[in-house]
Amino acid sequence: MATTTHPVHPPLGPARAAWLLVTRSYTVYRQQWKLFLTGFLEPVFFLFSIGIGVGQLVADFEVGGQSIPYAEFVAPGMLAVSAFNGALMDSTYNVFFKLKYDKLYDQMLATPLTTSDIARGEILWGQLRGSSYSVAFLLLMWALGMLHSWTAILALPAALLIGFAFSAVCMAATTWMTSWQDFDKITLLQLPLFLFSATFFPITAYDGWLRWVVEVTPLYRGVVLCRELTLGQVGWESAVSVVYLVVMGLIGLAVVRRRLDTLLLT
Amino acid sequence: MPLYRVGAVTESMILARGLRKSFGDFEAVKGIDVDVRRGEAFGFLGPNGAGKSSTMRMIASVSPISGGSLQILGMDPATDGPAIRGRLGVCPQEDTLDNELNVRDNLYIYGRYFGIPKGEVNSRVDELLEFVSLTEKAKAKVEDLSGGMKRRLTIARSLVNRPDLLLLDEPTTGLDPQARHVLWDQLFRLKQAGVTLVITTHYMDEAEQLCDRLVVMDKGLIAAEGSPRQLIEEHSTREVTELRFGITDETNPHELIAEKVEDLGRLEVLPDRILVYSPDGEEVIAKVHERGLDPIGVLVRRSTLEDVFLKLTGRTLVD
Ligand SMILES: Nc1ncnc2c1ncn2[C@@H]1O[C@H](COP(=O)(O)OP(=O)(O)O)[C@@H](O)[C@H]1O
Ligand SMILES: [Mg+2]
Repeated sequence: MATTTHPVHPPLGPARAAWLLVTRSYTVYRQQWKLFLTGFLEPVFFLFSIGIGVGQLVADFEVGGQSIPYAEFVAPGMLAVSAFNGALMDSTYNVFFKLKYDKLYDQMLATPLTTSDIARGEILWGQLRGSSYSVAFLLLMWALGMLHSWTAILALPAALLIGFAFSAVCMAATTWMTSWQDFDKITLLQLPLFLFSATFFPITAYDGWLRWVVEVTPLYRGVVLCRELTLGQVGWESAVSVVYLVVMGLIGLAVVRRRLDTLLLT
Repeated sequence: MPLYRVGAVTESMILARGLRKSFGDFEAVKGIDVDVRRGEAFGFLGPNGAGKSSTMRMIASVSPISGGSLQILGMDPATDGPAIRGRLGVCPQEDTLDNELNVRDNLYIYGRYFGIPKGEVNSRVDELLEFVSLTEKAKAKVEDLSGGMKRRLTIARSLVNRPDLLLLDEPTTGLDPQARHVLWDQLFRLKQAGVTLVITTHYMDEAEQLCDRLVVMDKGLIAAEGSPRQLIEEHSTREVTELRFGITDETNPHELIAEKVEDLGRLEVLPDRILVYSPDGEEVIAKVHERGLDPIGVLVRRSTLEDVFLKLTGRTLVD
């Protein structure tokens, strides 16, 4: 079976290693595509019920000097929420299960893979899952005639960025969880972020410090970024959002790597 | 895909000097010297908590050492972890199979982690499924496998990269006798093929069957080292005589009988029998009868590794 000298394969580079972990997750989900569907449908339901349904009762909106129907205000928010929700699904419950019960990362660490590879690969998967929902959602917006500028195409990289930032930070948070009950805390954060990040009403509804607080929350940055891109109102504020999300993701990634070292390399 | 060859590597597969491992204040491995050479089947024999798994995890280059020095395949695990792990096969004490993948994909994806190209992994996987008799189960879910099958799958997985050094942490614990023998047979074939094996176990028969050389570990230290035969010669006698006496009560306990035979060899007094360690069992029996003792049962048997083990690590329960 083994000989004294035999070919040894050069170690995988970081990119190929991360992609392999994505391949693994893809192989798992190929059989469970229905689970995938539910994640996509939720924001769509919100768009139709709140955006279009409630939108009938609301007059058109002024956003950045542009008058748009309420549904078109809500839609980019749901685009960002798609990436946010999708990224959360994998980087919280699933990561916890793999880490604590399945010992999956221990298995991977018996191979040339490193904790950095695992951090990058798992975050990348969460990011891709989230942004795949956004892609579908963007197509829906296009079909409904809700895209107003060529910059809307940039909503794709924006969704990838939102997916990255949340996937990384949520995975980092998950490394501190000790039981399933701890996930209540995530749900407790998820709902207000979803409702109050200028998703259903403009930031001008808030005054003073409260407005300031909302402006520095990450989902708000994602929502306004997507809105600026689909409406074609790109400006300095868009750049701030991009830098914010990049930094958030990178910090999350670094924390995940260090936490995996602490938890697994004992 | 460029392949490169590793030239003649140092013959020392594992070289540890004063190796230590601490978890907080607790020291699980307290300074051990280990030398494993190419092609050898080497065993760590020891009771639960002896520090076998802690040692194996350091060798597997996933657990940083706390003291001493360690070289695996001539490399330093602290800096060359991925390169070392690329040439190791690891079968951990607890199965870490990927429960979300089927049997075949468990091997395939794992092989890909080593950077082995798709085509090569695919043919390797078929070969391994055959080797561990799981071809029929290729599409089965992991959770539907029996304990023995899971273990075989874990062993197949550890071979996917054609390792130079195979680490097996209690490979047969929890298996029924049939499954154990199947596994031994497979491990024996690997040994014949020249794979260096490192096995931990607390089964004496396993150590005797598989290991060319072993160390007895106890409380984080090495208590003895040698081939199974050497260990028996050094730490036990050729034969052991087991004497059973019918009536033993407070007035006439085993201890009193033992006093009368204590010159015959090293004694071990157990609740139901007395063991006499002496090279010639027949001679012991003759002397016992000469002294007017009348055991209801006598048994002369060859010393086993178990006698060595119990002598070195004691009979008291560890946990
Ligand atoms: N991660 C850990 N943290 C704390 N103690 C540990 C850890 N791993 C092992 N130990 C302790 O180290 C000792 C040796 O364990 P181990 O190496 O698993 O022994 P063995 O494999 O010989 O049964 C045990 O007392 C065990 O409780
Ligand atoms: Mg153990």
